Amino acid sequence: MISYGHHRYPGRLFVVEGTDGSGKSTQLSLLHQWLKSEGYSVFFSEWNSSPLVKDTTRRAKKRRLFTPTTFSLLHATDFADRTERDIIPPLKAGAIVLADRYIYTAFARDVARGCDRAWVREIYKFAVKPTAAFFFRAPLDIAIDRIAAGRPQLKFYEAGMDMDWADDEEESFKIFQGKILDEYDHMVSEFGLTVVDGTQAIRTQQGQMREIVSRYLQEKLKEKTVVAK
Amino acid sequence: MKQMQFYGTALPNLGFEEYAGKLIVIEGTDGVGRSTHVALLRTWLESAGYAVLDTGMTRSVLAGRGIKDARSGHILGRLTLQLYYATDFADRLENEILPALRAGFIVLTDRYIYSAIARAVVRGADPNWIRAIYGIALVPDAVLYLRVQSAEELAGRVLASGRGFDYWESGMDLGLGNDYYDSFVAYQKLLLKEFEGMKSEYNFEVVDASKPVKRVATALRRSIKRIVDIDPAPPVPETMPREAFKAEVKDKAPVEARPNTPAKLPEPKARV
Repeated sequence: MISYGHHRYPGRLFVVEGTDGSGKSTQLSLLHQWLKSEGYSVFFSEWNSSPLVKDTTRRAKKRRLFTPTTFSLLHATDFADRTERDIIPPLKAGAIVLADRYIYTAFARDVARGCDRAWVREIYKFAVKPTAAFFFRAPLDIAIDRIAAGRPQLKFYEAGMDMDWADDEEESFKIFQGKILDEYDHMVSEFGLTVVDGTQAIRTQQGQMREIVSRYLQEKLKEKTVVAK
Repeated sequence: MKQMQFYGTALPNLGFEEYAGKLIVIEGTDGVGRSTHVALLRTWLESAGYAVLDTGMTRSVLAGRGIKDARSGHILGRLTLQLYYATDFADRLENEILPALRAGFIVLTDRYIYSAIARAVVRGADPNWIRAIYGIALVPDAVLYLRVQSAEELAGRVLASGRGFDYWESGMDLGLGNDYYDSFVAYQKLLLKEFEGMKSEYNFEVVDASKPVKRVATALRRSIKRIVDIDPAPPVPETMPREAFKAEVKDKAPVEARPNTPAKLPEPKARV
C-alpha cells in the first residue's frame, strides 16, 4: 500500500474544504469551468459518490444505525472506493482531478464527533496527497445564514443530532459546525492548507484560486519541457 | 469481572470499564471447521447454563448486506473491501459484542480481527495501517486458533464438504493461479503464513485441526474450561421436585415413551 505523500502521478489533484455554507462548491465549479475552457482534461469527484457504499449509507442514515466509529469507517470505505476508482486512475492518466471535500472533511467531522485524532488520520493514510488543498474559511454565523437561506430542513446526522449536544436541530447544528471549524483551524498548519477568506466577493476568491492553480500547472509544464529536452 | 483492554485506540466514549462475560475467538483459515466447532461449543456452553452470543464476519446489521452484495459482484477495490470489513467489525463490536459482554454473555466469535488483518496484508495493505484500524478491538479472553498442516489439506476439506471452491476463499481477486485449485492453495498458504506470524503477537492458543472433529472439540473444551467454570454444572435447587415429578409422570402416563421419540398421542375418542 502506498501511503499519503508517497504517490507519484503525472496528474494534479486540487481539493476544496470548508464548513457547509463556506462557498467551496461554488468556487470549485467555477474552477472546473475555467480549466475546461483552457483545454485541460479535468475529472470531478465528490464525496459520497461511491455507488458501492451508497445503499449501506442511505439505509444506515434512515434507520440511524451509526455510531461515531462506524460513521467514520463507512465514510472511509466510501473514500477508498473513490480513491481507487475516481482519483488514482485519472491522476495516472495525467488528468487534473478536482475533489469537493477530501480527507480533511473526515478529520474535522469525525474528531468533532469524538473519534481519536491519530486514529482517524491513520485510517486515511492510503489517500493521495493533494497538489493543493483550499480551505474556504467563513465565520460560523455567515455560513449558517447561507445554509438557512438555501435549505430549511437539516438532516439528523448533518445536524449532529446523534451526539445529544442539544435538543434543537439548529442549535445542535451550530455546535457541530463550531467544533468542525475548530478542527479545520488546527489542520491549516498540520497539512499546509491554503486558506481562502470566504467572506470576500466570489470573483475575488476565484481569482486567488486560479492564480495558485496556474502556478502548479506551470510547474508541471516545466517538468515536461525538461523531460522533452 | 474483568477490565476491558484494547489493542490500540479504544472506541470513543469508552472509559475503563469492567465486564462480566467472556470473549472467545475461534480463528482459522477457510474450511478448517470453525463454524462446526462454534455450533458445538454453543450447545455445550448453553447446557452448562451460560448465555451465548455467536457472531462472525460480515454479519453486522450495518454493513453485512452491503459487503455481500459487493462481493457477489466482484467489484470491490482492495482497500475498499478492507475498510468495509472494518466497518462491519466496528458495528458488531459496539452493538453486539460489548453489550453482550456487559450483560455477562459468553461471546463466541467465528473469526475476529486476525482474519481481517491476514486478508488485508496478503492483499498488499500496510501491516501497521490495518493493525491501527483494528486497534479498537477488545483483547479477547481466549483466541483459539484452529491450525491445519497445509493448504492442500484445506483444499481437501473444502471439497469433502461438498461446497467446492468459492471465488473469495480462493483469493481469485489476487490472480495467484490459473484455476480455482491452484489459486486456493497459493492463497491459503499466504494466509497460513500470516496466521503463523500473528501467533505470538496475539497470544493464539493453537489447536490441531487436522485431528478428527471429536478430538478437536475436546481440545477446545479443555481450553475454554480454563476460563469458564463448567464444573460443577449449574446449581440445581435442593428443593427441585425431580423425583416427585418422575413419580407423578409414571402414575399418570401409562404410555411408555422411548427416549427421543415423541410420546404417542392418545387415541381420539370415537365420536358419538
